[in-house]
Amino acid sequence: MSLNPDPGTADRLLAAQAAAEVKGRSLWKDARQRFMRNRAATAGLVALVAICIFAFFGGFLAQYEPDYVDFSLIGSNASKGVPSLETGHYFGTDSSGRDLYARTVQGTRISLLVGIVGAGVAVIVGTLYGAIAGYRGGRTDGAMMRTVDILMSVPYMFVLILMLVIFGRSILMLFIGIGLISWLDMSRIARGQTLTIKGKEFVEAAHATGVRPMTIILRHIVPNLLGLVIVYATLLVPQMIITESFISFLGLGIQEPNTSLGALISNGASNMQYGVIWQLAFPLFFFVITLFAFFFVGDGLRDALDPKDR
Amino acid sequence: MALLDIEDLRVTFTTGDGDVNAVNGVSFSIDEGETLAIVGESGSGKSQTAFAAMGLLARNGRATGQIRYDGRNLLELKQKELNRVRSEEIGMIFQDPMTSLNPYMRISDQMAEVLTLHKGMTKRDAVAEATKMLDAVKIPDAKNRITMFPHEFSGGMRQRIMIAMALLCQPRLLIADEPTTALDVTVQAQIMELMAEIRAEFGTAIILITHDLGIVADTCERTLVMYGGQIMETGPTDKLFERPTHPYTLGLLRAVPRIDRDDETLSTIAGEPPDMSRLPKGCPFTPRCAWAHGPCPTLRPELLPAEGYPAIRRACHAPVEEVK
Amino acid sequence: MLNYVLRRVAIAVPTILLLVVISFVLMYAAPGGPFNSERPLPAQVMANIEARYGLDQPYWKQMTTYIWNVVVHFDFGPSFQYRDRTVNDVIAQGFPVTLTYGFWSFIVALVVGVSLGVAAAIRHNTWLDYLAVGISIGAQVLPNFVMAPILVLVFTLWLGWLPGGGWQGGQIEYIILPVIALSTSYMASIARITRSSMLEVMNAGFIRTARAKGLPTSRIIWKHALKPTMLPVLSYLGPAFVGMITGSVIIDVFFSTGGIGQFFVNSAFNRDYSVIMGITILVGVLTVTFNLVVDLLYAWIDPKIRY
Repeated sequence: MSLNPDPGTADRLLAAQAAAEVKGRSLWKDARQRFMRNRAATAGLVALVAICIFAFFGGFLAQYEPDYVDFSLIGSNASKGVPSLETGHYFGTDSSGRDLYARTVQGTRISLLVGIVGAGVAVIVGTLYGAIAGYRGGRTDGAMMRTVDILMSVPYMFVLILMLVIFGRSILMLFIGIGLISWLDMSRIARGQTLTIKGKEFVEAAHATGVRPMTIILRHIVPNLLGLVIVYATLLVPQMIITESFISFLGLGIQEPNTSLGALISNGASNMQYGVIWQLAFPLFFFVITLFAFFFVGDGLRDALDPKDR
Repeated sequence: MALLDIEDLRVTFTTGDGDVNAVNGVSFSIDEGETLAIVGESGSGKSQTAFAAMGLLARNGRATGQIRYDGRNLLELKQKELNRVRSEEIGMIFQDPMTSLNPYMRISDQMAEVLTLHKGMTKRDAVAEATKMLDAVKIPDAKNRITMFPHEFSGGMRQRIMIAMALLCQPRLLIADEPTTALDVTVQAQIMELMAEIRAEFGTAIILITHDLGIVADTCERTLVMYGGQIMETGPTDKLFERPTHPYTLGLLRAVPRIDRDDETLSTIAGEPPDMSRLPKGCPFTPRCAWAHGPCPTLRPELLPAEGYPAIRRACHAPVEEVK
Repeated sequence: MLNYVLRRVAIAVPTILLLVVISFVLMYAAPGGPFNSERPLPAQVMANIEARYGLDQPYWKQMTTYIWNVVVHFDFGPSFQYRDRTVNDVIAQGFPVTLTYGFWSFIVALVVGVSLGVAAAIRHNTWLDYLAVGISIGAQVLPNFVMAPILVLVFTLWLGWLPGGGWQGGQIEYIILPVIALSTSYMASIARITRSSMLEVMNAGFIRTARAKGLPTSRIIWKHALKPTMLPVLSYLGPAFVGMITGSVIIDVFFSTGGIGQFFVNSAFNRDYSVIMGITILVGVLTVTFNLVVDLLYAWIDPKIRY
C-alpha cells in the first residue's frame, strides 16, 4: 500500500494549514515592522521630524532677524543677554547682540543642509563608483579599488583645509569638499555588496536564462543595493555635520553672516568663561539631539533591513 | 547501570514569537560500548537533545528532566563539574568541520589544550599524544602537519581531526551530531568506517545523530526515531529496518531512493514539518499520517512494546498489523 | 608572508609620492604662493627660497628638487612665514607634543574601548551591556570639538581641578583633558565594534566546540574569541588614527598645546605653504606607515590572508 494519503488526510492537512495561517511577508513590510518595533529608532525619527520643523519653520516664531545686531546689548551680555521670554530672545543673545534663537534656527538649517547634501554627494558618487567596480570585476575592479585605497591614506582633512584656504570659502566649496571626503567609504561598501549580489544564485540564474545585463542590474542588483545605501546614507549625514562643524570650529567654514551649529558652538565655547553658558548650551543641545536622532534612525534601519546584524 | 540515562527531557526556547518546544518528553538510555542512532528530520529535536546533555543549549533555551551520567544528573551540575564531564567523559563532534575548528589556531594548539587542561600534561607531551591520535585517524604525515591551520586541510580530514580531538581524553561516550552531512559521499563512508574502528578499539559508546538512514544501517546497533520532539519508535536497527512498525519510520524507509527497484516516482511523506511553537496535544505526526484516527490528535501515544515485535517500542495508536 | 609585506610596502611608496606631488602642485597653483608674484614675500624669505629651489629653473626641476630634498634629506625647506626658521624646525617643535597626547589618546581609546566592548558582549543583555551601549552611543555624538569645551567647562571653570590649556613641557595635568577630549568618540566606536564583533564570534561553531571540550570561559574568551574579535577593530584603527591626527588640530587650537595641528592652522591662515605641505606630507607618511602596521597585524591574526 502506498503512503500517499487518502482524501481524508488531505482535508485534514488543508484544515491544519489554514488554522496555522502562515502569511507571506514582503521584505519592505518586514523591515518596516521591525523598524517600528525598535523604540529608539522611532524616537529618533520623531526627533528628526521635530528638528526639521524647527529648522525650516522655527524662524516664524523668532522675534528678531538672525543678523540683527542689538547694539545696546554688546558688552553687557552676561546680564542683559540672558534667555527670556519677555525680551523675545528665547535663547538669549550672542556676544554681538544677535538673537540666539534665530541664529540657532539658521545654524540648524544650514548644518542639516550641508549634512544631507554632503551625504547625498558622497552616496551618489560612492555607490556608482563601487557598483561599477564590483560589477566589472577583474582588473577594472582591482585598479579602481587600489585608487580608493591610496586616496584613503591621504589625510583628507588637511587637503580640505588646504583647498579651502587656497580656493576660498564658498558654500559650494564646502559642499563639494565635504562630500568628496566620504565617497571613498561608500564606494567600498557598495562594491562589496555588489560582489555579494553578483555571486548569488539568482543572478546566475537570471544570466543563465538569458536576461540582459542591464536588466539584471536594474531588476536585481540595484534593489538589493538600495537597502544598504539607505542605511549608510543615513549614518553618513551626522558624520558630514560633524565634519562641517569641525571646520567651522576652526574658523574655516561657513562665513558670516551665515552660521552653522559648528560655528555657533565654537563661538559659545570661546565665550564660556564669561558666564554666558546659554551661548554654548543651546546650539550644543540641537547638535547632540540631531546626531543622536540620525544615529538611532540609521541603526534602526540597519537592524530592520539586516536582522543578523545585532 | 546504563552509561547515559535520559528521563523525560524537555527543552524549550523562548523567542520573540513565543515558546518553541524543541524536545517534549524524551526518555532513552545507552549502555557502555553501545552504538545508538537518533534519526529524524531537521527540527525533530534530535540535536537539541544532545546539546542539552552537554550543556550547549543557546542562551534562550531551558532543559528540564533528568540526564543521568554515571548516576549524576548533568542538568544540575555546576559549570566546573560540567567542564570536567565534557571531553573527559563525553566527547562531541559537530556537523560542519569547517566552522567547528578554530581557523585562527594551529591544530596542535587546539588539540593540545584539551590534554594540558584536563590531564595536566605539558605542552610537549600533549602535542605528541595528539600526533599519535592523528595517526590513529589516518591523517597522513601527522607529525609535520599538526602545526598547520584548519584551512589547509580538506573537509574529510578536518572531520577526522575533530574526531581525534574529541577522543583525546578517552571519553566513554562520543556524541556525533550529523558528522557526515557536510561531506562527500565517499568521504562519508570513510568517516563511518573510522567510527566503527574507534568503537572496536576504544570501546567508546557512540550516539550518532543523523537524518540519513543510509549510514545508520551498518554502524549502529539500536536506532531511535524522533519527530516533533518526541520519540516515535525505537529498537534494534536491523529489526527496525526490516519491519518498521510506525507510520513515520515506514515513510522514511520508503522515501529512500533505490536503484534496484523500478519505481517511477519518488515516494514522499506528504505535508510539512510541524510548527514547534504550536504542537498538538496528541501525536505530532497526525496531520501527515495515513492511519490517523480518533484518539490521535488529542491523546499522546505512549512508547510501548509493539505487539508481535517485542524488541521494538513504538508510540502509535494504530494497531501494528495495519501499519505496513 | 614576505610576499604580503612586500606588496603592502609597494603600495605605500607611490601613495607617499603622490601626496608629495599633489602638495607641490597645489603650492604652485595657489594664489599668493611664492611662485605667483602677486603677494611679495619678505626679502629674506625670498632669498632663502631662491637659494633652495632656484626659481629660475623650469617647474619640473623645482619639483624634483623638492621631492629629492624631502625623500632623501627629510628636508622640507624654509618656512614662508618665518625668516629664520625652516619647516623642519617647526615640525621638531610641534611634533613631540602631538605625539605625546596622540599616543595616549590612542592607547586609552583602544584599551577602554575593547574592555568595554568585551564586557558588554560577555554580559549580553544585562545592565552592563546596556550601560556600555549607552555610553558608547552617547560618546559618539561627542566629537572632540564638543568634548573639549564641555570638559573645560566642568573641570576648569566649575571644579578648578585641571588647567584649561597650555602644555608646560607635557606635565600630566596638561595632558589629561586633551586626551579625554580626543579619545572619547573613538573609544565609543571601538567599544561598539568590539561588542558586535564579539557577539558574532561567540556564536561561531568553533566556540561551541571549545565549550564542548570543557574549556573554562576565561580561556575561551582569551585564547579562542579575542583574536577574531579584534579583526574588525583592526580595520577601524586605520581610519581612527587618521581621525585622531585630524582631531589633534582642534585639540591644539582649543587647548593651545602647541602641537603641529596648531602650526598647521596658523600656516593655513598665513599662507605659509611650505609648512602646510611639510606637515601634510608628514601626516601622510605616518598614516601610510600606520596602515601598513595594521595590515601586518591583520595577517598575523588571520592565517588565511598570509598565503
